[in-house]
Amino acid sequence: MTESQTHTPLPDLTIHQALAGLERGDLTAVELTQAVLARIQAVEDQIQAYLRVTAEQALAQAEEADRRRQQGERAPLLGIPLAIKDVLVTEGVETTCGSKILQGFIPPYTATAVARLEEAGAILLGKTNTDEFAMGSSTENSAYQTTRNPWDLERVPGGSSGGSAAAVAAGEALGALGTDTGGSVRQPAALCGVVGLKPSYGRVSRYGLVAYGSSLDQIGPITQDVRDAALLLNVIAGHDPLDGTSLPEPVPDYTAALTGEVKGLRIGLPEEYFVAGIQPEVEAAVRAAVAHLESLGAEVLPISLPNTDKALPVYYLIAPAEASANLARYDGIRFGYSAGAENLFDNYRLTRGQGFGPEVKRRIMLGTYALSAGYYDAYYLKAQQVRTLIREDFQRAFQQVDVIAAPTSPTTAFRIGEKIDDPLAMILTDIFTTSANLAGICAISVPCGFDSQGLPIGLQLLGPALGEEAILRVAHAYEQSTDWHKRRAQLPTSAS
Amino acid sequence: MSATSSATSKAVDSPSSSSSPASTYLVLGKYEVVVGMEVHAQLLTRSKMFCRCSADYQGAPPNSHTCPVCLGMPGALPVANRAAVEATIKTGLALNCRIAETAVFARKNYHYPDLPKGYQISQYELPLCLDGWVAIDLPDGGSKRIRIRRAHLEEDTGKTTHVDGYSLVDLNRAGVPLMEIVTEADIASPDEAYAFLTKLRTLLRYLGVNSGDMEKGAMRCEPNISVRTPEMRERGEYGVKVEVKNLNSFRSVRNAIAYEAQRQAQILEQGGQVEQVNMGWDEQNQRTVLQRTKESAEDYRYFPEPDIPPLRVEEPWIQAIRATLPELPDAKRARYQEEWGLRRAEAEILTSEKRVADFFEAAVAAYGTAKGKPQRLANWITGELFRLLYAEGQGQDLRQIAGIPMKPEQLAQLLRLVDERVINPNTAKKVLERMVRTGENPQAIVEAEGLAMVSDTAQIDAAIDQVLAAHPEELARYRAGETKLLGFFMGQVMRALKGKADPGLARQRLQEKLQSEASSG
Ligand SMILES: [Zn+2]
Repeated sequence: MTESQTHTPLPDLTIHQALAGLERGDLTAVELTQAVLARIQAVEDQIQAYLRVTAEQALAQAEEADRRRQQGERAPLLGIPLAIKDVLVTEGVETTCGSKILQGFIPPYTATAVARLEEAGAILLGKTNTDEFAMGSSTENSAYQTTRNPWDLERVPGGSSGGSAAAVAAGEALGALGTDTGGSVRQPAALCGVVGLKPSYGRVSRYGLVAYGSSLDQIGPITQDVRDAALLLNVIAGHDPLDGTSLPEPVPDYTAALTGEVKGLRIGLPEEYFVAGIQPEVEAAVRAAVAHLESLGAEVLPISLPNTDKALPVYYLIAPAEASANLARYDGIRFGYSAGAENLFDNYRLTRGQGFGPEVKRRIMLGTYALSAGYYDAYYLKAQQVRTLIREDFQRAFQQVDVIAAPTSPTTAFRIGEKIDDPLAMILTDIFTTSANLAGICAISVPCGFDSQGLPIGLQLLGPALGEEAILRVAHAYEQSTDWHKRRAQLPTSAS
Repeated sequence: MSATSSATSKAVDSPSSSSSPASTYLVLGKYEVVVGMEVHAQLLTRSKMFCRCSADYQGAPPNSHTCPVCLGMPGALPVANRAAVEATIKTGLALNCRIAETAVFARKNYHYPDLPKGYQISQYELPLCLDGWVAIDLPDGGSKRIRIRRAHLEEDTGKTTHVDGYSLVDLNRAGVPLMEIVTEADIASPDEAYAFLTKLRTLLRYLGVNSGDMEKGAMRCEPNISVRTPEMRERGEYGVKVEVKNLNSFRSVRNAIAYEAQRQAQILEQGGQVEQVNMGWDEQNQRTVLQRTKESAEDYRYFPEPDIPPLRVEEPWIQAIRATLPELPDAKRARYQEEWGLRRAEAEILTSEKRVADFFEAAVAAYGTAKGKPQRLANWITGELFRLLYAEGQGQDLRQIAGIPMKPEQLAQLLRLVDERVINPNTAKKVLERMVRTGENPQAIVEAEGLAMVSDTAQIDAAIDQVLAAHPEELARYRAGETKLLGFFMGQVMRALKGKADPGLARQRLQEKLQSEASSG
């Protein structure tokens, strides 16, 4: 065993460290899984990252993984315990999307991305908390619980993939899947001090991802470091005949991009991302990170993305419009919660009235309005036109630069309850992340420092569509020449 | 604007709903009828529109042809069925449509238990096929083009059944590919509507894209009907449209249009106003009944389906599909008339079903195209064979011709036996009956039943003598000048020879005998 691993508790290993240990025979998948389950046991009361833990199933999968490894089988994630955001359906395991309306829903099938993890030998620990139907930036919109930020239990982990980010930050999983519609992987990763990758639209199959904004949703990995993100992306990326929007392009080995070399790479710094309202410590940390990349040999160029300020309004028309249709199927007839009223209309009204939380209702109303006769042209159609402008901003920028650097979130983790009654303030936390979804490009958040209160700050690196290798390479070079990713949150209970 | 052209084929280049008043169907002497038709046709693809479930759901136990996609399960995604897209393009080509370079699926939002996703995936602003036409025949021998506004692809809904205060939902049909064909309001009478639907069904069956079975719901027609005075037409105005649903035969469509036009005309005549409503057809009482009022137009909040990328239809693809188009009925009919000298009536009925045309053409190939031969075959098929199909098959469905044991080549053999005077035409009818039932060769039947024609003069003469001897009274009347009794004697002779006599020879011998009897008597 190497020096570092001797001192690292098993749940705090990165995926690549654990794979090396499993390969050497230093540990077994069962030991690893038991250790992570023990960590969950120890801290979950306080963190509340999981909506449900499937311990028994996880241990059975771990035994199977050990058996396969003994028989000489190798698979990319054989024996690695992971967590899955609860908007991804899992056959036989309740999937609620953090909503009352799906309480008791046991899907008859498994999402493609999750199935690919399982085929790669991963062990599924359970389903992580989320804002209801991924609508939110703090997990406070979950109908079941609010997840705590492992760095400060009084603060949110970000959202909507806050459960997954907190689980990885607290060693309750070696890695996790989140989903990102407007920043829901990157923002919680930044707020929890871990790595979060939103792949290009179509890179990962959405089959089995319960839709929020269909033209924006992407599944992405949340991990302790960049190499782990590349390892997970290797497994979940690729064409899926069950998703007509998944891209046919072949999947490279993303770990091959992790050369540590950024010499000659051009990094764009968009002026529009450093505006009033951004927490000064965040701006300082991001600027320092960019300077650091420059010192490593990258070329930094100022660029302009002139339609940046329109991204939020456009996002808050398109995502709710799509959601208003996507959420129509929750009608109390075939699955999930049903009010059981006497007649059809009352049952629709009561089921949806009681089953959905306030933020979901707000977005359904907003989206329905934007699509209504007489308003469609002024709202939905106009939003699509501006979306094209935003996409063109990036196309122009990527003719000049290889990646774009920006903050992930304008602030570090905020206090639980601080913004929940102010939807507009909550929405502003997505100000730097929605553009990537609207443009369909890829982006990653890596830790780049801490504020004065010891809360993590994230550096966002954006790349063109299918430019995952470039952003992974830059993120990795940055990470490997800094120590931010090695710091772990002080856990509430002494860790196992 | 005054009507300048009659609704003949001449008018087709500038089709419009203002056809000649002279040929116009008028209600209460002055109201024109204006009808647009919406037809939904289930496509005969193996799988459903957006999933891999079998589309052949008829008779299957409820909800047995379902999967996460067509059940609208959370997370499931639609993937467009290429075969359904091709069938729609094929139909568009046959309907003389322009095929869109880019077609976009759209979500049509509304709640109903048989619509699992809460929206129907359809096409709205950018359908696959646009601006086509179908030619129909008019009673005066001319033809008229009914313009096709669009043909697009969508998914069928499930089926809701109401029992004892409960509603049961069967989603086997949900997601079955459905093609919607919409005409311009070019249909000007109940008969034109009937002719249009018949023609459309023929085309769809030729293309093999739809069964045309209205009673099974595989084809559904919804006419929208309005009436107007010639003055309104001149001002370019239309009356208020009423949509009629629940029609399950072409005859019902025809009757519903006639009834509804009459009803609307009477309202206007009495100074009233037609309300924009949906009516249902009451088949039993042959009348339309109010289904629901359309006080406020429903807002379906259509928007482009984000789960399915826009369909790019490139020219090589269209050409490849065009190459699979079969010869269509109008072309076939013209060929039968021009190349084979068929009469129009037979040419028309033979081409009305592709299976009948296929049968006919195979029979012609075996029998020959010498002058008169194809027409003789056509007479046998449209006469005796159709009579047998109707009598022995199930209903008046000519498509049954493909299921009988008799092959077209065998029908050709039968006609050759008649030509070669091996059997007479009456015997041939009997032989045909057995062939249709058993598929045996005609020679074998003739031999087994001893049906070969009697051409032996001695045998025929003996029969004549016997008949004349048995009917002295008729013979006396014949001699007295009642020559029409020849037919009676002929019948008796044929009967004596069990119908197998060579009729020409028998008649000749009989006439000679009677003449000699007369001269000797
Ligand atoms: Zn299905």
